[in-house]
Amino acid sequence: MSARDNILKRLRERTDGPLTAPDSDFAVVTGRGWSAQERLERFERWISSVHGEVIHTSRGNWTVDLAKLLKAKGVRRLALGREHPVAAEARAALAEGEVTLIDADRDVEEWQQEQFASTDAGLTSTRGGIAETGSLWLWPTPDEPRLISLVPPIHIAVLDADTLEDTFFDVIEAHGWAGGMPTNALLISGPSKTADIEQTLAYGVHGPRELIVLVRHAEERP
Amino acid sequence: MTPVKLYPPKSDKVYFFGTCLVDTFYPEAGLDGIRLLEREGIEVLYPEDQTCCGQPAYTSGYQSEARAVAAAQLRLFPEPWPIIVPSGSCGGMMRTHYPQLFSGSEQEVLAGEVASRVYELTEYLVHVCQLRLEDRGQPEKVVMHTSCSARREMGLGETGPMLLARLGQVELVEQERAAECCGFGGTFAVRHPEVSAAMVEDKTLAIEATGAGHFVTSDCGCLMNINGRFDHQNKAVKGEHIASYLWRRTS
Amino acid sequence: MSVETYTPRAFHRQAHDALGNPQIRGNFRKAMDGLMAKRRDVFSDWDLETLRELGANIRLRALAKLPNLLEQLEANCEANGIRVHWAEDGEEACRIIRELCESHGAKSVIKGKSMVSEEMHLNAHLEAAGIEALESDLGEYLVQLNEQTPSHIIMPAIHLNTDEISDIMHEKTGTERTRDVDYMTAAARAQLRERFMNADVGVSGVNFAVAETGTLCLVENEGNGRMTTTVPPVHIAVTGIEKVVEHLRDVPPLYALLTRSATGQHVTTYFNMISGPRKAGQHDGPREVHLVLVDSGRSRIYQDNELLDTLRCIRCGACMNHCPVYTRVGGHSYGTTYPGPIGSILMPHMLGLEETKDLPTASSLCGACGEVCPVKIPIPDLLVRLRREAVGEGRGNVPGAGVKRTKKEVAAWKTWQWLATHPSAWRGSLLMAGKLRALTPSRLGPWTQYRTALKPAKRSLHALVKAHRREGEDES
Repeated sequence: MSARDNILKRLRERTDGPLTAPDSDFAVVTGRGWSAQERLERFERWISSVHGEVIHTSRGNWTVDLAKLLKAKGVRRLALGREHPVAAEARAALAEGEVTLIDADRDVEEWQQEQFASTDAGLTSTRGGIAETGSLWLWPTPDEPRLISLVPPIHIAVLDADTLEDTFFDVIEAHGWAGGMPTNALLISGPSKTADIEQTLAYGVHGPRELIVLVRHAEERP
Repeated sequence: MTPVKLYPPKSDKVYFFGTCLVDTFYPEAGLDGIRLLEREGIEVLYPEDQTCCGQPAYTSGYQSEARAVAAAQLRLFPEPWPIIVPSGSCGGMMRTHYPQLFSGSEQEVLAGEVASRVYELTEYLVHVCQLRLEDRGQPEKVVMHTSCSARREMGLGETGPMLLARLGQVELVEQERAAECCGFGGTFAVRHPEVSAAMVEDKTLAIEATGAGHFVTSDCGCLMNINGRFDHQNKAVKGEHIASYLWRRTS
Repeated sequence: MSVETYTPRAFHRQAHDALGNPQIRGNFRKAMDGLMAKRRDVFSDWDLETLRELGANIRLRALAKLPNLLEQLEANCEANGIRVHWAEDGEEACRIIRELCESHGAKSVIKGKSMVSEEMHLNAHLEAAGIEALESDLGEYLVQLNEQTPSHIIMPAIHLNTDEISDIMHEKTGTERTRDVDYMTAAARAQLRERFMNADVGVSGVNFAVAETGTLCLVENEGNGRMTTTVPPVHIAVTGIEKVVEHLRDVPPLYALLTRSATGQHVTTYFNMISGPRKAGQHDGPREVHLVLVDSGRSRIYQDNELLDTLRCIRCGACMNHCPVYTRVGGHSYGTTYPGPIGSILMPHMLGLEETKDLPTASSLCGACGEVCPVKIPIPDLLVRLRREAVGEGRGNVPGAGVKRTKKEVAAWKTWQWLATHPSAWRGSLLMAGKLRALTPSRLGPWTQYRTALKPAKRSLHALVKAHRREGEDES
């Protein structure tokens, strides 16, 4: 018999007999009932507490803030997708500027060295945010592959304020994740960090040193 | 953790289970516990045939020996009176582990019934007697070390401090890492003497650092351990069982 | 590479050495104090008991359905393109992984943190086959540079302080000696980036394997886990068979419990959910993903209703952080892959009680571990159960059961039992002890090495109560 069959046989022919599975009540991880304002505050407080940077902007004007941000951070080479509206709008806005736009929608093998060594920042859209933990959720696509939110030293993520939800559990349930998982689903909550050297926090150990979230609001905020 | 317990009204009579450590090394603490109960108008029955709850064998893995000794204690409490134990450790053994120990045996029902009547002394004084105390002692600082069994197994982290707070002249001071074990652990202190010693060393340092000259505990195992360490170091800090402390200051 | 070896047999000697090492003592005390405080703070606005109840419940449900869930996991993984392999023990798992590496001509493996790979000594196995295995979690990397094993399951290098780490990095990698943690972190980043790019295979662990969707979940802060599972062309995930959960919705509560219990974080930087290799049209990610399911004694633990609770563990390490013994002797003293309370209830099943007989007793049964366990494993009860097995009074289904049973000890307990079940003899012996108290030896072995011996009281409580009753009668 194979290892598989042996293991399953032992588990099935359990000495103490079959076990009864208890039911689970998930109330404790859902039903927060926060208002949009509370969600936003919580999201910002939590992601800021782990060195995530939040910049509030608007749907109509966000690329202006993006350009300012790139200048402020000294980003000269930005990796981004092409088809997603976030990438498309950014490309249009940055086309005439000084920042070199690097196509992320190609096989990593073609540009691995470039990505690892000479890309200053990666720009991605996000599918939504989680207020309770200050998290972004991303389902990387061929247009915005997995590594552009990881390899460059700065990750700029664009989040629409109205996509914030209360809890991780709520997100999984509301969007029917269990019905079809992508190759990779990700929660990102801040820049890469470690406390492995005597509990001292240090950022940017393997992934980005900085995470900047451009939170887009539907209207211009006063 | 023990679920929230609904306490009965004060009983006219209670059983007192002294525990083997009190019986052998700290009999005054047992007697002081009895006196505190009697002062509340309770008749205290002390079953003459009591010996040990069986915990030393139980925690050492000697299950059948523990069961035999526990079985002998089960017979000592025929009337429905509460059983008061001046120790969180032995109290926890009787309340939590007796039902497990006799599960599936003929004594299962009896063990469960006895367990349901077990109260740690400070628990009974606080939650059932609603004890009031008139402090006649001099002003002083005292530290409480609640045993791990009282705190975690019986869920009684607060009853000792609550009683001390009722002594008008006593200032209860908190040691650093109050909830950390003193390192006694029964046979642990013998099987792993160096680790145990490191733990009791830290505990005595924490108590000493409060500047209090006294500490009290509700368990004689901890008392023996911590006092033994203080004595060994010729330190002036003195500990006693909380029952003795309460009785001494209010009688 | 030779690795400093500790063994559970040498617990006493290793603990002795650690207790005498102020550096080790200080490093652990400081770290554990910090971790306990952070955990307390991060749960302060939660209904923790209800959340723990749910966590325990989810794990129990997964265990109750374990064989079916493993089959479901396998089917869904395969449907997603993840190849599933089964291993009876660590040796078989090592062989599977080595053969996968060899089939790709792999010379270099980059590793994300995986305690199961530590458990089966994968690095040594691969190196013996000429395949270099490099740890990429910073703590694991440092420990590997220092030719050691992890001393904590979550924070592998917690036994080392900044100066020691600076020395290690200086000696092994040529960095400057410094106390600047950012500098050292940046240096490690630079050293490892090259390795990620050039690695042939990435090996990771798994925190939760979701049967419903065929998804592997990885919890991390550094990003090395994402690198390991995304950059090399082949990703091999290795995990114990108990890590499966039934539904995707079971994951959020366990994740919430795990990060808060482990490091007091409300969330980790990354929660990485992998449901397959790179598909046509996708531009990155490994071309192949493999999942190796390892038994290594777990199905034996599974047989017994009481021992089963051991398998609920989600490997947060909170039991270590709160253990007064672990805090003092550190992780290496235990000489096992999993140290501390969880190790003491798990390792005897993997290594046998003969090898690990001092571990279940290395606890004062203070209950701190059980109190903080996010899935409510009754660790103290399980320690007692293993003590029972060790002296041959259990059910005999732990390897090496009965190994600690000695005639001398049995005789001592039988004598105690006889006395404690013969009340008049008990009272008589107390009477004698009181009378002969002057003869009590002042040296009682280890006890009096650190403490003054206690003499029996002149009169027992039995005697005092009798006298007290007489006084009462005289007064009335």
